[in-house]
Order: sequence, then C-alpha cells, then structure tokens
Amino acid sequence: MKILVAISNVPDTTAKISFANGDSEFNSAGVTYIINPYDEWYALVRALELKEAGKASQVTLIHVGLTDSEATIRKGLAIGADDAVRINSEGPDAFFVADQIANYAKANAYELVLVGKETINYNGSSVGGMIGGLTDWAYVSLATKMDVDAGKVTLEHDIDGGSQVVEASLPLVVSCAKGMAEQRIPNMRGIMAARTKPITVVEASAGDKLTNVKSFILAKGRTDCKFIDENNVDELVQLLHTEAKVI
Amino acid sequence: MSVLIYTEVNKGKVKKASLECVNYGAKIAQLLGTTATAIVVNADAAQLEEIGKAGANKILSVKNDAIGNDSILITAMVEQAAKAEGSKVIVFAFDVNGKAVAPRLSAKLRAGLVAGAVDYPSVNGAALEVKKNVFSGKAIALYSINSDVKVISLLPNSFPIVLGENAATVADFSADLSAVASKIVVKEVKSTSSGTSVPLPEAELVVSAGRGMKGPENWGMVEDLANVIGATTACSRPVADMHWRPHHEHVGQTGVAIRPNLYIAIGISGAIQHLAGVNGSKTIVVINSDKEAPFFKSADYGIVGDAFTILPKLTEAIKKLKANAN
Ligand SMILES: Cc1cc2nc3c(=O)[nH]c(=O)nc-3n(C[C@H](O)[C@H](O)[C@H](O)COP(=O)(O)OP(=O)(O)OC[C@H]3O[C@@H](n4cnc5c(N)ncnc54)[C@H](O)[C@@H]3O)c2cc1C
Ligand SMILES: Nc1ncnc2c1ncn2[C@@H]1O[C@H](COP(=O)(O)O)[C@@H](O)[C@H]1O
Repeated sequence: MKILVAISNVPDTTAKISFANGDSEFNSAGVTYIINPYDEWYALVRALELKEAGKASQVTLIHVGLTDSEATIRKGLAIGADDAVRINSEGPDAFFVADQIANYAKANAYELVLVGKETINYNGSSVGGMIGGLTDWAYVSLATKMDVDAGKVTLEHDIDGGSQVVEASLPLVVSCAKGMAEQRIPNMRGIMAARTKPITVVEASAGDKLTNVKSFILAKGRTDCKFIDENNVDELVQLLHTEAKVI
Repeated sequence: MSVLIYTEVNKGKVKKASLECVNYGAKIAQLLGTTATAIVVNADAAQLEEIGKAGANKILSVKNDAIGNDSILITAMVEQAAKAEGSKVIVFAFDVNGKAVAPRLSAKLRAGLVAGAVDYPSVNGAALEVKKNVFSGKAIALYSINSDVKVISLLPNSFPIVLGENAATVADFSADLSAVASKIVVKEVKSTSSGTSVPLPEAELVVSAGRGMKGPENWGMVEDLANVIGATTACSRPVADMHWRPHHEHVGQTGVAIRPNLYIAIGISGAIQHLAGVNGSKTIVVINSDKEAPFFKSADYGIVGDAFTILPKLTEAIKKLKANAN
C-alpha cells in the first residue's frame, strides 16, 4: 500500500499577520514558513509509523504550490518521507488543490491519502472531503487513531459529543488530528538523506477555481482590559452581569 | 431556485447550530428573492415546528435509520434534495458533520465552498461574497464564490438564534440511497460529553484553565465556577498533554476553536497559539498572578492575583448574584 500525504506550506504559528497590495494578499515579507502542523505531526508521522510496521510500502508527500515551498517539502523528507511531488501551481482554492491531489492519487495508485485536520492559514477543513468527493472514495474526518490490517483500516474519529471507532476499506482519504502520532524532530541523518531524495515537479492540470479571496481585514484586537482588584470580585460579577450581559 | 439548509436533530432537540443555519439560510433566501428549504432526518412534529419558527418555508422530512452520521450517505441525500429543489445555495453548519459533508458535496456538484462563514453574504453579479475567519482568527478574508451552485458552512455561534411565528410546509422526502455504498462500518460509539454540559464547540459560556492550576487535583474549583454559571470547561494544550484534563477540552490553534459569549481564562499565559482558538469570544476574562501575562492584552476584564484565592470568592459572588436574581 502506498500512502500519499498532502502537506501545506503555512506561516509559522507565531508569524505576524499583515497584508499587502491594498489588503488583497498576505504579506510574506519576513515570515517563516513551516509544514502545516497537523500534516507534519499527525498525518506524516503516522504514515511513517505504518511503513515502519511493514504496513505501507511507500510514503510520498504531495504539495500544490510554487517553488518557494521547496524548503518545507525538504523538511518533510528529512522527517522520513521517501519522496515528494510538487504540483506547480498557486493555491489557495480548496477545490482546485483537491482536484490536483485526487488526480495524482488515482493516476499513481495511491490507496491511502492523508491530509491534516485543517490548514492554520485558511482553516477550511475542506481539501480532504473534496478529495473524497472527487475520487468517490470514503473520507474519515478528524481521525485521532488509525491502524491498517490486511487492507482494512480501523480508525477512531470525532463525532458530535464524542468519538466513534469505524472500519473502512481502501482506497480511503483520512484527515488527521491530534492523538494520531507524536511530533518527530528530524535528525542529522534524515536531513542529509533528504538532500538526495527526489522532489518531482508536475505541472498542474487545467482545473476550476471556484472561489477566490478578494480582500483581507485584520481582526480587531481588544483595546484595553479593565482591571479589577482581586479583593473586589463582586465588581467583576456586576460588570459581567450589567455591562457585558453574559451572566 | 431555493436555498437548501441541512439540519440535524441530536439528543431530542434540533441542534443549536442547525437553527442558526436556518436563520442564516432564510436571510440568504430573502436576499436572493427565493425561499428557504430545510432538510432533516428523523425529526418529530415539535422539532419540525421549531425549524419552521427559525424561518424555513418548507421542510423536507426524511425518515431513515441508516443515514446516521455517515458523510457519504448524508452527501448523497443532500445532493438529491438540492437537485429536486433546484437549490443554488446550500447551507451547512461548520461543525463535525458539516466539515465532512460540505466539502464532499462541493466536489460532487462542483460548487464553490466557503467553510466557516461569519457573516451574511452579499450579492455581486452572479457571485456571492462571504467573510470567513482565516489565520486562526487573526484575520478575516472576503471570499467570492464564483460557481453557479454555492455551498456555505456557517461558523457556530456567529449569530443569536431568532425564532418567530413562521410555520413551514412539511413534505416527506425519501432519498434513494440504494446505489450509494456507505463504505464505513461503525464499530463503537464513545461519548465524551461529560454529564449535562453543552459540548465545547457550541458552548456560550466557557471556563478554561491552564498550567497555572498546578495539577489536576486542583480542578475542583474550576468546575465549581463552571457549574454556577452553567459553563463548559476547557483547558490549554499542556494541560491536556500532561493528561490533567481530557484531550477534547484542549482549545487553541491545534485544539478546538471556540467563540463563546464568555471565556474565562484562569492561569493561562495567553500564548499566540492559545489565543488563535479563543480570540473570537465575545467577552474574555483573564485571571493570572502575573500582571505581565500576554493574555491581558486580549482581555476585556482582568484580575491580577492568585487563582487559588480568587476562584472560590468568584464562585461565591456569582452564587449570590444568581440567588438575588431569583
Ligand atoms: C505549533 C504550536 C501549536 C500550539 N497549539 C496550542 C493550542 O492549540 N492551545 C494551547 O493552549 N497551546 C498551544 N500551544 C502551546 C502554547 O505555545 C503555550 O505553550 C501554551 O498555551 C501554554 O499553556 P499555559 O498558558 O497553560 O501554560 P504557561 O504558559 O505555563 O502559563 C501558565 C500561566 O499561569 C499563571 N499562573 C501561575 N500560577 C498561577 C496562580 N496561582 N494563579 C493564577 N495564575 C497563575 C502564570 O503567570 C502563567 O501566565 C502550541 C504551541 C505550538 C508551538
Ligand atoms: N496546497 C496544498 N497542497 C497540498 N495539500 C494541501 C494544500 N492545501 C491543503 N492541503 C491539505 O489539506 C488539508 C486541509 O486543508 P484546508 O482545507 O485548507 O483546511 C491540509 O491539512 C493539507 O493536508
């Protein structure tokens, strides 16, 4: 079984968010990019564990993006993926990205496609479900555990007010959330090995972009905090009752 | 043409997020000069009435015990309903099922999706423009949906629910799922909702605590405070990682993102990744012994002091307020 892990290239979690060109695009000046945490910590590491346990033959990274994401892809190779594919195109329309990944997975006989729970920049939780719809494969969202045995995949995933254990057969798309694996820090050997691992660049197939971002606005920060003396909690209770009207 | 709204019944009630979606879908229908149709599985008369009160003109009532929360079956059902109703806009909640179904339907119909909308759309020619949170709540993006059919999932708690006197016409709808293989076999269901409290993503009041509480044995006073106001409890990531609290309570960038009316943060420093999951809350109260804690910069009300002495006093003061109100 070959596993395809979809990785997204996102601003570091502590990056300062600002916009350029009349607030029409993200200002990436001075911003460090990382692999989307869910893709790295959970999807990729669990895929590697499955390979180490002899349950997968190959772990391939796939990324839809431009040349500036190569460093992010190399990091994924350093953590242990065998090889990588970059579909040369700009995102971020989720449908377009999903279409590219779905086509690649089908054409190259990948049976398990892993995505992260959501990207920390667009927060769509959309690409995985769309890959499922485009391939007509089953999709298990927000999975916190996954194991594979004789072509059967057992997963635990979040549902309303709890979780459920399900069984699915391959081919399958899974979105990976916390619990599935533990973050791995690449070691020196991995970093050296990554230098010679192949990153195949594929031109994007013609696809639809169904949405586009017209503009961005920074969320309003809070201006000033009202401090209340620790010996006067009654005042806080009054403010919450009469001013904020929340209790 | 119509606006189609996917709604769910859970634990005997129409889900709060679903009623929000009906309100929202009805507004969009008004905007487009059309009607709002809701679809619901296994709802009783009272539940159908409530969906009507939230503004649906028509309800497609499906009786089916096989659908459950299977995203493949739900997608097929909504797809058939959308075709039958000639729907141009389909609304979901951006909750657990909505996150699985809306993208699948979007792909099937080649309909552009905005996932997690926070405001009403505006019409721009044939396109709809909708705002959603991006960068984990640090910014808002205005998306344009350019396809003929459009899918929007609404972030829960974005609008208060308004129930009126409207009554919907109810029509039985039987989705033909014979050709759709579910592909997923449910083996076991585990409930995490502790007792009677509202699940975290839907909660309007949240009491959350961090590493400042020193250890799991001290959570009694956090729970006491949550109980007097009827809040759901949450925690910071290290607290869940150290197994002081269950993982489903972890809020933030890598946990659950919430936007309750009230978020009380106790002994949480306010790291940017924590804020990313809670900064959409309407009112934030921070209790921290360090007056330099970054969380105060994102708070509406703050108390500098020791949580161990403040919490019992706060709980008592709220009890007094509640007693006086009765
Ligand atoms: C990629 C990434 C993703 C992350 N995602 C998340 C996430 O989703 N959610 C999350 O929470 N974190 C997340 N983190 C971790 C985050 O950076 C912080 O480390 C974490 O939020 C700190 O938790 P804390 O505030 O409970 O603990 P600390 O930072 O240790 O803060 C404890 C606070 O308690 C106060 N305190 C101590 N004693 C008392 C007392 N007696 N009374 C009152 N106050 C007291 C202290 O002054 C301090 O401010 C993430 C980190 C990374 C790198
Ligand atoms: N440009 C991309 N290239 C490859 N995978 C992506 C890309 N964008 C999103 N994904 C995958 O889809 C998941 C969900 O993304 P999103 O729908 O944007 O929240 C991510 O966690 C990634 O695994």
